[in-house]
Amino acid sequence: MTNTASPLAGAVPARPARRDIGIKRRYAAERRFRIYGIAAISFGLLFLFLLLWSVGSKGYTAFQQTMITIPVEFSEQIIDKDNERDTDPTKLMTANYPVVARNALAAALGADPGDRQQMREIGRMLSEGVRSQLRNMVVADPSIIGTTQTVSLLAAGEIDSALKGQMNLDVPEANRRISDQQVGWMEQLTEAGALAKEFNTGIFFNGASSRPEAAGVGVALIGSLYMMGIVLVLSLPIGVAASIYLEEFAPKNRWTDLIEVNINNLAAVPSIVYGLLGLSVFIGFAGLPRSAALVGGLVLTLMTLPTIIIATRAALKAVPPSIRAAALGLGASKMQTIFHHVLPLAMPGILTGTIIGLAHALGETAPLLLIGMVAFVANYPTTPMDPATALPVQIYMWANEAERAFVERTSGAIIILLLFLIVMNVGAILLRRRFERRW
Amino acid sequence: MSTSLILLIVALIGLAGYVLGARQARRLAAAALPKMHSRPGYYGSYVAVWAGLPALLILAVWLVASPIYVNSSIRDNFPEDLKAQTEAAQSLTFGTIGSVARGLTVLTPEEVAQAQANPGELRVLLGGKGVPLAGDPEPFMVSAAAELNAMNATSRLAMTIAVIAASVVGFFYAYRMIAPRFRARNKVEQVILASLITASCIAILTTVGIVASMLTEAIQFFQMVPAWEFFFGTVWDPRFAAAGATDSAGQFGLIPLLAGTLYIGFVAMVVAVPVGIFSAIYMAEYASPRMRSAVKPLLEVLAGIPTIVYGFFALTTVGPFLRDLSTQLNGIATGNYSNFIQAQSVITAGFVMGIMLIPYVSSLSDDIITAVPRALRDGSLGLGATRSETIKRVVLPAALPGIVGALLMTASRAIGETMIVVLAAGVAARMQINPFEPMTTVTVKIVSQLTGDLEFTSPQTLVAFALGITLFAITLCLNIYALYIVRKYREQYE
Repeated sequence: MTNTASPLAGAVPARPARRDIGIKRRYAAERRFRIYGIAAISFGLLFLFLLLWSVGSKGYTAFQQTMITIPVEFSEQIIDKDNERDTDPTKLMTANYPVVARNALAAALGADPGDRQQMREIGRMLSEGVRSQLRNMVVADPSIIGTTQTVSLLAAGEIDSALKGQMNLDVPEANRRISDQQVGWMEQLTEAGALAKEFNTGIFFNGASSRPEAAGVGVALIGSLYMMGIVLVLSLPIGVAASIYLEEFAPKNRWTDLIEVNINNLAAVPSIVYGLLGLSVFIGFAGLPRSAALVGGLVLTLMTLPTIIIATRAALKAVPPSIRAAALGLGASKMQTIFHHVLPLAMPGILTGTIIGLAHALGETAPLLLIGMVAFVANYPTTPMDPATALPVQIYMWANEAERAFVERTSGAIIILLLFLIVMNVGAILLRRRFERRW
Repeated sequence: MSTSLILLIVALIGLAGYVLGARQARRLAAAALPKMHSRPGYYGSYVAVWAGLPALLILAVWLVASPIYVNSSIRDNFPEDLKAQTEAAQSLTFGTIGSVARGLTVLTPEEVAQAQANPGELRVLLGGKGVPLAGDPEPFMVSAAAELNAMNATSRLAMTIAVIAASVVGFFYAYRMIAPRFRARNKVEQVILASLITASCIAILTTVGIVASMLTEAIQFFQMVPAWEFFFGTVWDPRFAAAGATDSAGQFGLIPLLAGTLYIGFVAMVVAVPVGIFSAIYMAEYASPRMRSAVKPLLEVLAGIPTIVYGFFALTTVGPFLRDLSTQLNGIATGNYSNFIQAQSVITAGFVMGIMLIPYVSSLSDDIITAVPRALRDGSLGLGATRSETIKRVVLPAALPGIVGALLMTASRAIGETMIVVLAAGVAARMQINPFEPMTTVTVKIVSQLTGDLEFTSPQTLVAFALGITLFAITLCLNIYALYIVRKYREQYE
């Protein structure tokens, strides 16, 4: 059969010239189109990495702090010359501790205490924070007066920057903030092992300070913690209750339709508008104190509620009707059905939505600026009614500081904030993976 | 008795109510012939609700009403010449009385008597006890303060008695209702339902609160500054709010702020829209499931980063980079090494905001593109179109209304964004079209007018509320229109 076929095939006239349907051009367009897509994704990812890298590279040094570890003589001559500390309790609080520290450093450097110019430069190598550092030591244990103790003193911000290599030491002396003499002393101290970078616990525990080396996010962390507590305690029950009503009980009428549209819109209202609401209602009308974590928590609660309601409704919707039908069929009331069966099954979804809402609230800054949380708070707030700041507000305040060392602190605070957010989001993902049920 | 202690007592009575009520129900169930209507827990809850709810309501009403009543009765006793003065002066006096009253509580009875005899020494006396006074109190203030303390003490005592009495009465009333025929479950469920409804009304209350609070302040503002000068003014120059002086003239023109807002939003959309839509198309149509599951969450991380971080990124990295870049470019082109892009500029803020918006555009569009039915694609591919042609001619037109809705929602986010522009856009309110110069936005001005301690009486602070309600109205319109578009066209292809 194949033999007979071949002459026939030969008789077929040459195939008509292929109609040009522009296949090359079209495939090229196809390839271009794909490249656009890849380029767009790469652009997005590139900037994600740039952002994280820029924060990370500027900020990781904030977790180290230069300390000068030297023997300090708590000279009775300077602290309490006339031996009045038993009669005058303010004596120990107001003593001239920076001089104590300066003399100790001068002794360690072998400098001449009579040279005032040199002594001033030596004093500038130490942070203002040494005052409270030494004061706290002496007040805690007055018996150390007159003895010599080895103390790790905070170095000044400029010394810290120079040691971390953030300051260009090649520029002429007049154009930089530390002198050649100080650089020489730095080298001398480093060789002696007295000047070293240590892990910076201060950034986690200290309050606000105008000196970068003594500033920390302690107060802001407590403030944020209070606010998150308030948001969680208020928005989770209210959000869940509202969603249960809207999803399970509400009749379909204009009123519930209005509530629905309203919630969707509230989720898209700019956050700063919530700040205005908090300012005029909670502070102006209800008379709550400014800068208090309570007001911040209430404002963030209102802001988070729509997110939680939307997530909870989706979770409730995902529970199959057969569960409800089975419970109702066995004689459970509607309320029992929902609270004993539907709600537990929807719980993983609800919690995931809540954690994501909380993470958003944690990073929110704008409304907090309006209710006076931009405040210099150096002491830990003991109740939610006390003045406090929040982590993102602290970042905002530091971002506005001019000093170079604050850029490092700001990035460090951002890293702390991002770590919190990562923990929360990973928690949400794990929760979803672990408990999510597909029906 | 302090409020928290009262709350604790009420909670304890409620708990006792639950335990005793449930026990009584169990006892009846064991003994009585007719079966109990509800489970014992419901009888317990019923007693607890009666013991708690009315008492808490009384407490709440009392806490709100009592200070108002005390305040007004103290003010009624002000001397006549003071009553003739302005509201602000009266508030100031009342504040002083309040601090004197607080001060009197730390003094011993002898010292109080001495203070009443000789009010001039009071300030020194209280200063020594750690209670600072703003000025020397007048004699009538000291007696008013004593009266204030007395009234507050009486009110608190009465409140404590009323609340605890209500709790106990409620407890016994409900406890006596426990009987086999009594439908405790239905009653308790009614209370639960009522609380669910209350919770869902909070959303409405929030909106009402936003609109009402901003409207009242904005109306106050419009009484000082005519509305048309605000909405159509082209100069923004509020001056400083001098303390007490309400008449220092300033110019409050919205137009320059609105122009800056829209310009920066436009730049942001120019960055975010192409990138976001192309990412969404690639992710929905080309990417393998593995790539999709890796890249999509990464892009969404961009949406989870707080905006303050973007602001800092713009301030310390993007802004200086663009400034130095422009210096170099200018130098290469003209030999004059000076920057033509400012560190704080429309382009800096817009660009960084655009990056922030990418995930909003991409995930919303992704959902919409994936929702286009399979059959449409198969039809087009079957007719010989390439994939890109299918996307361009079939999928995108089908998804267009949804995508437009998504873009409108993204635009409303760009308009309401605050922290990036506060840090990266600058504060100079001017109208110009050079994207390399700083401009300012509505949100920046809200923040700068309200940061710091100011009273709500000058137009300088009240203008923030007028700006706020403008912003709220714009974003609300955008969102409602977006929802409308999405709803109208959603089912066309299903």
